[in-house]
Amino acid sequence: MKKVLIVDDEPNIIMSLEFLMKKNGFEVFIARDGSEAISIVDNETPHVVVLDIMMPKVDGYEVCEYIKKQKGLDTKVIFLSAKGKETDIKKGYDSGADFYMTKPFSTKNLMQKVDELTN
Amino acid sequence: MEVKWFVILFSFLYLGLLFAIAYWAEKNSQSRWVNNPYIYALSLAVYCTAWTYYGSVGRAADEGLDFLTTYIGPILMAPLMWVVLRKIIRICKVRRITTIADFISTRYGKEPFLGGLVTMVCVMGVLPYISIQIKAISVSFSTLMGTEIINDREFSFFNDTAFYITLFLVVFTILFGARKVDANQKNTGLIAAIAFESVFKLMAFLVTGFYVTFGIFDGFSDVFNQASSLPGYSDLVTISDENGYQNWAWLNLLSMMAILLLPRQFHVAVKENRNEGHLRKAMWLFPLYLLLINIFVIPIALGGNLLFQEEIVDPDTYVLAIPVSKDNAFLAMLTYLGGLSAATSMIIVSTTALAVMLSNSVFMPAIVRNKRLAATFTENLSTILVRSRQTVIVLVLLFSYLYFKYISGQFSLVSMGLISFAAVAQFAPAALLGIYWKGATRHGAMAGIIAGFVIWFYTLIVPAMVSSNILNQSILTDGLFGISLLKPQEFLGLKSLNYINNGFFWSLFFNLITFFIVSVFSVRSTKETNQAEVFVDIFKYSTVYESSIVWKGTAYVEDIKSLISAFLGKERTERAFGKFIASNNLDTQSAEADFRVVNYAETLLSGAVGSASAHALISTVVKEDHIDISDVFKILQESQQVISDNKELKQKSKELEIAGKQLQKANKELKRLDKLKDEFISTVTHEMRTPVTSIRAFSEILSDNPALNPKERLNFLQTIISETKRMERLINQVLDLEKMESGKLKMELTPVQLNDIVNDAVNTVAQIAKDKGINLSVHLLPKLPAVKGNRDRLMQVVINLVSNAIKFCDMKKGAIVVATDNGNGNDMVKLTVKDNGCGIPLESQKLIFEAFYQGKDQNLKKSEGSGLGLTICKKIIERHNGKIWVESSENNGSVFTFSIPVGNLQ
Repeated sequence: MKKVLIVDDEPNIIMSLEFLMKKNGFEVFIARDGSEAISIVDNETPHVVVLDIMMPKVDGYEVCEYIKKQKGLDTKVIFLSAKGKETDIKKGYDSGADFYMTKPFSTKNLMQKVDELTN
Repeated sequence: MEVKWFVILFSFLYLGLLFAIAYWAEKNSQSRWVNNPYIYALSLAVYCTAWTYYGSVGRAADEGLDFLTTYIGPILMAPLMWVVLRKIIRICKVRRITTIADFISTRYGKEPFLGGLVTMVCVMGVLPYISIQIKAISVSFSTLMGTEIINDREFSFFNDTAFYITLFLVVFTILFGARKVDANQKNTGLIAAIAFESVFKLMAFLVTGFYVTFGIFDGFSDVFNQASSLPGYSDLVTISDENGYQNWAWLNLLSMMAILLLPRQFHVAVKENRNEGHLRKAMWLFPLYLLLINIFVIPIALGGNLLFQEEIVDPDTYVLAIPVSKDNAFLAMLTYLGGLSAATSMIIVSTTALAVMLSNSVFMPAIVRNKRLAATFTENLSTILVRSRQTVIVLVLLFSYLYFKYISGQFSLVSMGLISFAAVAQFAPAALLGIYWKGATRHGAMAGIIAGFVIWFYTLIVPAMVSSNILNQSILTDGLFGISLLKPQEFLGLKSLNYINNGFFWSLFFNLITFFIVSVFSVRSTKETNQAEVFVDIFKYSTVYESSIVWKGTAYVEDIKSLISAFLGKERTERAFGKFIASNNLDTQSAEADFRVVNYAETLLSGAVGSASAHALISTVVKEDHIDISDVFKILQESQQVISDNKELKQKSKELEIAGKQLQKANKELKRLDKLKDEFISTVTHEMRTPVTSIRAFSEILSDNPALNPKERLNFLQTIISETKRMERLINQVLDLEKMESGKLKMELTPVQLNDIVNDAVNTVAQIAKDKGINLSVHLLPKLPAVKGNRDRLMQVVINLVSNAIKFCDMKKGAIVVATDNGNGNDMVKLTVKDNGCGIPLESQKLIFEAFYQGKDQNLKKSEGSGLGLTICKKIIERHNGKIWVESSENNGSVFTFSIPVGNLQ
């Protein structure tokens, strides 16, 4: 069973993502802020991370950099953020992300991308 | 013999010191030590000569209070200095005028004859005056030696110390007063030395006065008490009833004129003035100086009368004779040197002034106007100029010495001084009225001065000649040709004035009458009209002088430059012309000279050779055309136009500058607001994305999964509903805020009880707090005064604050205290909401009331909520005339407080 880590600080968004991931057969881990996310990454090494950017304590970019650059993991990272400016997106890819999706998002597109990256 | 050499040694040591001071000051001419108002004020004290130093006492001992008029006049004049003297200074600066002769000659169209006339009157008036200074030196020397006063014509001048001192003064004056071609340049060294002498003579006189009053006698009252037994005492300390006041008034008037018109006063006050502003200090310092130097005059005079009752001592020598008679060698030497300083300062400045006057107003015009002479000397006119001044110095001092030796022995110090005053007073109508009355003419000025001078000579010099046995006594007793109305000392039968005032009155009377009548009936030349306009209205024209003097003709720049170079040197000339042409926006390439250049050149040259010669010299290189009086007024109008245009331009550009600054400020503010608006929009849309994201995600899930179990389905639908509500809230808040900021929101204010509002508000959120396990306590102050407020809006604020507290208080052991009180003086109502959360860092405490403030790092979220709550609270409280703020330290919770004044909005 593939592992997915959902990182977001909005309970309702977590709830929707959790439902989608479980339905598609993922083992789901949840983090409500950046530092929580890092500890889960360390312990579980998920296959894919759905990552918000604006969070308390440690932001999404730092988490991504930790996974991709510091740890050099093969974990795929998808940013899911309300920040939609070009500079934000570029910064996301620069930090090592595999994909950047803006909120509000299409559930179909998201799951397609997740499947694509995990296969 | 020994004492004599000792005195001589000290005399020359003192003069050597003077030399050193002048030399140092000349080398450091920009130093603050020499360029300040105090030096200027002290240099004016050259007014106090040996006549003051020795003569005042002599006069007080013989005649009583009259001596004071010499000082009261200038003190009365002091307040007028700002009006009269400043105007003269401005005119002379602009026109580069250096002497009183040049001043008068320029005012009346640069008339060479007038300048020469004034110079000759000055020489006649001042030469004897210089000679009595030499006499004072000589007499003081003899007094110090205890020898008989040397006035033996057979006595060889080789044995006379005064002669050697005169020689020294020749050298000093040449070195420091007459080395510069351009007489307009400042003689810093000379002025510094004069200022030093002023300090020295004052100090010496005060020391002597103190010694006499408090050393020999027992204070002022003792001197007067003892003296009151002397015969004639009351005459000495009162003004006599019979004509005394008349005489007193005329003498005051005489000194008032002298302080402005004496060549040496004109020299220090006008020519050597570096800054008009220095006058402000001089206006009170100079009178103060005069008061100080007169304090001990009467005590010394009365003291002398008391001490020398048995012997015959000339009162003019009391100052020195007293310390000598008491065998106080040190004091005697100090007093002697003080007198020497008073005499030398007068001699130096007067001689310098006369030298410039004679060379610029007599010799130069003579040379320049004589074609043959001019041709011979053109090559080295500037050398001639300097040499002529130096020669004049030698001659003036030599003549003064001889005058002293052979003529002035008979005069007292004072009478000669007053006669000299009366001579220069003849310039008063021409010079002083000339700067206020445009109708004064050249002919009027000449006729007035000549008339005054003739009367002066007849009434004041003739009696002096009689007493020197040059003329027969009969002219005094019977009058000229036996006509008693022509008795010099009782001219036209006037018997109520003393002979000085008699001469002064009649000479000035005829001078004025002639001046007026001739001025009114004579025709002014265009040049004169032009100068009259500029002189009288100098403060209007001083910045545009060159364009205010009308000149028509043909002239070439090169010719003019080569003429000026002969006096100022090539380099200085080029520099001066370059500057002038640049600052007046004139064509630099033009070979033909603009009329302003011609005027400027003439002004430059005036500084060196005087205005009359300058005009004559310029005429040799330019071809001048006739000008009409209408041209003069046209040009004057134009240059006035230039001034008012300038003023208007300045005003306009000032206004523009201010407007520009305001615009810049407004622009900055706009930019700031624009940026705020951008941030606001981006934050609002960002905030909206979150609920929209949930709504869309759950809607898609519900749509894609028709077979969801009912429980999950309900949960998702409820989430959609709550997120939709969140959207709604956000939209409402944004609209609220917008309404409040634009002032569209109407808030009706009625008397409300804050306690009631708080109770209701707390009730609506109590359940949430309870659910979270938070201890929410409320302390309300009973009898809280009512305030005017909007119930719903205040409730919104309280709910917001308490909800925030619930959100941020400690997760496990949350505690919130809501309290009201009435401030310190029952003049306001206050609400505090205290939580025990993690607190707010100091730098954020103000910012949290700004819209969407979420902390510095945009990627880090600090709080839940719209980010508009506190902003709205702040707006609401402000509408109640109240204040809202937070006090907090990290990890110690926060206290939000608002206060509303009782009686707000009345």
